[in-house]
This record gives sequence, structure tokens and C-alpha cells, in this order.
Amino acid sequence: MAKTATQAGTSKTNANGHRAKNSAAAKTVEKMEKSEKAVTDTVNPKIAKSEHQDRKKLQKSSIKNLDKELLQEMLYQMVLGRSFEQKCAEVYRIGKIGGFCHLYIGQEAVGVGAIMALRADDYVITAYRDHVQAMLKGITPEAVMAELYGKSGGSVGGKGGSMHMFSKEKGFFGGHGIVGGQIGVGTGMAYAQKYKGGDQVTLCFFGEAALNQGMFHESLNMAQLWKLPVIYICENNQYGMGTSQARAMSMSSISEKAAGYGMASEFVDGMDVLAVREATTRAIERARKDGSPTLLEIRCYRFMGHSMSDPGKYRTGDEIKKNQERDPIFLFKESLKEAKVFGDEDFTEIETRAKEVVAKAVKFAEESPFPDEKELFTDVLA
Amino acid sequence: MAILTIRDALNQALREEIIRDENVFIMGEEVAEYDGAYKVTRGLWKEFGDKRVVDTPITELGFAAVGVGAAMAGLRPVIEFMTWNFSILASDQIINHAAKMYYMSGGQFSVPIVFRGPNGSAYQVSSQHSQALEAFYANFPGLKVVMPSTAADAKGLLKSAIRDNNPVIFLEQETMYGMKGEVPDDEDFTIPLGIADVKREGSDCTIVARSFTVPQALKAAEELEKEGVSVEVVDPRTIKPLDIDTIVASVKKTNRLVIAEESHAFASVGAEISHQVMEHAFDYLDAPVKRISCAEAPMPYARNLEVLALPSVEKIIAAVKEVCYL
Repeated sequence: MAKTATQAGTSKTNANGHRAKNSAAAKTVEKMEKSEKAVTDTVNPKIAKSEHQDRKKLQKSSIKNLDKELLQEMLYQMVLGRSFEQKCAEVYRIGKIGGFCHLYIGQEAVGVGAIMALRADDYVITAYRDHVQAMLKGITPEAVMAELYGKSGGSVGGKGGSMHMFSKEKGFFGGHGIVGGQIGVGTGMAYAQKYKGGDQVTLCFFGEAALNQGMFHESLNMAQLWKLPVIYICENNQYGMGTSQARAMSMSSISEKAAGYGMASEFVDGMDVLAVREATTRAIERARKDGSPTLLEIRCYRFMGHSMSDPGKYRTGDEIKKNQERDPIFLFKESLKEAKVFGDEDFTEIETRAKEVVAKAVKFAEESPFPDEKELFTDVLA
Repeated sequence: MAILTIRDALNQALREEIIRDENVFIMGEEVAEYDGAYKVTRGLWKEFGDKRVVDTPITELGFAAVGVGAAMAGLRPVIEFMTWNFSILASDQIINHAAKMYYMSGGQFSVPIVFRGPNGSAYQVSSQHSQALEAFYANFPGLKVVMPSTAADAKGLLKSAIRDNNPVIFLEQETMYGMKGEVPDDEDFTIPLGIADVKREGSDCTIVARSFTVPQALKAAEELEKEGVSVEVVDPRTIKPLDIDTIVASVKKTNRLVIAEESHAFASVGAEISHQVMEHAFDYLDAPVKRISCAEAPMPYARNLEVLALPSVEKIIAAVKEVCYL
């Protein structure tokens, strides 16, 4: 098990994003780590069990329709994503990673359900919580970890860091740091796909707080007007940094906002990886066939803070615990067991394999050299 | 050589590049069915249709972003702002996205896009429609900034900008669209970015002028010649990358420098040129560098105040006389 990652990051003194350096902050970290250790396990069965009975029926039907190998791979990717992020939290605390670092723990079903429904030649663009989505689109864990370390072996050679993973080869158009900025860029990627012909599509991820930016509305208007093959995936983790959706959005039903643009939309349970896959698949088919866009509201919850420097005072332990009861990895695992696709020993194997991959990524990142100083001035102009 | 207006030279450049490369398209407000707010795109929609000439909603941030995404995915968009004043709404896409994408992606995603439209003042369009924004955009690494002042430069530079693999800020001037000049007929005629042009040779004083102030500087030089002052006019044409060598060579010859610009003075391109000349030709200067810029006030509507705010032939003449101690 990766060691302690708290829902709160370091301390109140560094809410502006800088890592804690003083002893008061270190004490706060220690205290939080002790009180919230439960969050850190890949899956905590004690917490996750209670609501499972409600969910498994929904998943059962679609399990039958998917290959066993695919189901196992989906679970593996969720576990890998979580292990990876837990390791990030761990090495961040000892100063291996700088700057901002936004973790995906709790939201794995969204990335796995959506991105694994794509073809390899489709495009993905996302915001700054991008490590796991980058790996799902084909960037290696080594390259993502080395990027976090600011090393030359990173996905962009150490020039981007946590928020800016890219791979042109894999069709991953980046992690982006300006809330909502990537919604318009993703719309443009779909514009190019339509312009060139063919049936590729773009998945464009953003958080619910990005809906309050003008870019969201400008983009949906154009995408529907021009019938662009883009699937807008709103990962509604219910908080824009420390501000709850209720405190920031006048009309909270996100999927209904699509009606304002005459766009197809769906509300999806983001703790249910198969529900995410099914809804995304429907949207992808619509985009390939008619070239028309969809807005998906995928309701999820981040188990960690907004970033590693989030003091986490804006939500209660009870609320976090309640959401952890529906841990997406646990729900999926239990459903697979029930359907006899999977046994406990398979899960152990998967966890072990994921941890090995993460350990290998860390080793690669540790050993990769820092970028040469001449790199400061390369890639400024093409 | 044909005699064309700057407007028609730009139109020709767009037309030729649309024909030359199937990935080139022009997008913006009123560029298609309306034929362009300032008629730069006149006739293109009729000739090339909806795919290559695209009307947008009034949504500057949005269509700038569509251009950035499309460029990352392999197209070569030309995005027209009805005026550069409206680009401020889109500046997040230009500065935070287009300018940084190549670097931020470790050299994987280039953004071959041209943002173009009229910059600076027009006739009494007041505060929100009269700004010259070159210094703003020139401040950010990752952008090229181009400002033509003649029909030939407009055509040759726009073609180079469209073929360039970087985001290019292409700043035209509304009051200059009707100015005529000789333009080579050759469809492969281009002018490389980053090369200044000596618009008039002289020996007593250098004027560095761009866009709006180039015709003023040439007129001032004519007037000053009558008084026995020989003025050299250097037009950088590309603000970034800046051809400082040509400017420095001229200053080393004339030993005096006046910079005329339509933008405000504070932290302007003129300030940058002035600094670079000090760095490279300090010992050659016989007088402090003098700048003529827009007045430090938002642009007023009243014609007399507008004239007062802007650079003029008279102001440039006075500045040259000052540095020549006449």
C-alpha cells in the first residue's frame, strides 16, 4: 500500500500553492495523515462496502456484454491510476515534485470509462488533473512520473510539469492550466477532424467549475452550430478548488445546460465505470455517425484535496467518508467478482502489478537527468 | 507590377494561400457572406465556399480557441479580428495557449496560425476601438508580430505569416487599407519575417517607423529635405523577431534616432528599440533618442483631440529637428 495521502494537503499557510517548508506546516501534515489514513488504501473495503448492493445490479447487465480481458484491463487501469497518484502524493511530500500537483484519486472511473471507449486515432484534451488521463491515452507511467520530477525523460522533457502532459503521437493534446481554456481548443481539434473528413472524435474533459467560464458557453454554441464531433465531459467532482458547486452555479443541473444549445446530453454516475463507458460510447457513436456533439455530466468526487496544497477545510470528514463508500474501484471489483469474471487473487495480482509499474516509473524518474540548460531556449519557436 | 491597395494586396495573399494549401482557411466575424467588415476578404467566400471562408458568431475567445485547436491538429487557420481591440477578449487563447503550446509540449505541438485584422486608430472611433496593441503581444515569447506599411509588404508578409509554423500576430491599419502601391505579380512573392526595410535612405537622422507612422515619416523626410536635412526611414516590418541590426547600422550612419509609433509610449516597442540601440550603438549617438507616441490618455472622440493624441508629420519633423539641434 502506498503510504498516507490525506484529503488535505499541507497547511493553511500554503494555500497559495507553495509547499510547506516550516515546522508548523509539517506538524499539520502529520496530524492530517494520522486522522485520514483510511483514504489512502487503494480500496478500503470497510468503507466502500455499504452502498455496493445498490450499484451492482446496474453494472451486472453490461458486464455480460464486454470481453473479460477488457473488463480486467479496465480494473487494472483504475488500480494503476490510483497507485500512481498515491505515489505522487508520497514523493511530493518529500520534495521530489514541485509546483502544483492535482491528484485523480476517486475519479478513476471517469477517465477509464471514457478514454478506453475511444479508438487510438481519436483525440483527448483535458485540464490540469491530467496524470491518469495521459497514461490512459498511452503516455507511459515512466514519462508521466519523470515529467513530475522535472526530468528530461518526462513526457515534455521537464518543461510542463504536472499540469502539462502531452503526446502528439498518442493524440493527447495536453493537460492545460487555465480553467476552461481547453474547452475551446478541444472544439478546434474536433473542427479539424471534421474539416479533414473521416470519423475521428475528440474527448474534451473539464471540471464543473469551468462551466462558469464564458469559454464553455462559446464552445458549446459553436460545436452544435457547426456539428462538430466532440464529446464534452464535465467531471463534476462538486468542488471548484474550495468552492462547492452550490456556492458557484446558479442552476446546478449541468446536463440540462446542454438544452440551451440544443445539444444532446446525459447525466452519468461517475463512480460506475461501466455507466461512464456506456454513456461515452453512445456519445462517440453520435459523433462518428452524425458528427454531432454531446455534453456528459459525470458526477464524481475527489477523495483528495484540490491540489497537494489544499488545507481541505471546506468539506466535512463525513461527506468524504460517504463518498468513499462508493469508491469506484471497489464497486467495479465487487461487480466483477459477483459476475465471476474476477477473484480476490486476481485483484491481488493486479495491485501487485500496478505497484511494480509505479515503482519502475519512480526509478526511471529518479535516474533520468535534469534537462540540459540549453533546453531553456529550445522549442520557443517552431 | 500591379498597383494595388493594401486591402487588395492582403486579399490576394489570402486567395493565393487558400489555393496553395488545402489546410488554409479563414475564420472570423463577417468574413464570408458580408465580404469582410473592411472588405479584406471580399469575394473569397463566393469563390471558395463555406469550408475555406467561415463566418463565426461574435465569440472572439471561442473562435480564437477553435483556431488554436485546429492548428494543433494540423490545419493552418487565419483568424480575423474585426479589430485588434476585440482580440483582448481572446488574449487568453493567444497568450496562454497559442504562444506557449510548442514550448509547453516539449516541441510536439506547433501552432501554425495567423491572427490578423486592423490595429490602432481609425477616424474618431474613440477609446475602445483605437488601440495599438503591438507592445502587448510582442512581450510574450512564442509569438511573432508583423506590421506591414505598404501593399507589397502586406502581401509578401501575410503569405510568409501563413506559411510560418508559429502563431503570428499580423497587425494591419484601418486608415491604410486604401493606400496604393506596387505589388509584384509573382504568386511565389513573399517577404521573409524578421527583415527590416529601409524605406528611404538618408545621412543626418534615422526615423524608425512602423505601420501608421511610416507614411508620416516619409512625408516628414520629404519636408525636411527641403530644409537640407537628410533623413533615413527604417521600417522594421516585423516587430518580433526584430531586425535590430538594420536599425543599428542606420544609427551608426546618421548618429541620431527618432522613433515614431501609434501606440502609447510606456513600455512600448519604441522603448525596446531605444534600449537596444543604446546597448549596441551608445557611442554613436550624438543626441538622446526621441520618441513620438500616442498621448498618455484613452483615445478621445472629438476630432481635434484625436489629432492631438496621435503622431503626425509635424510632430515627427519637430522631433528630428530636436535631435539634430536645429
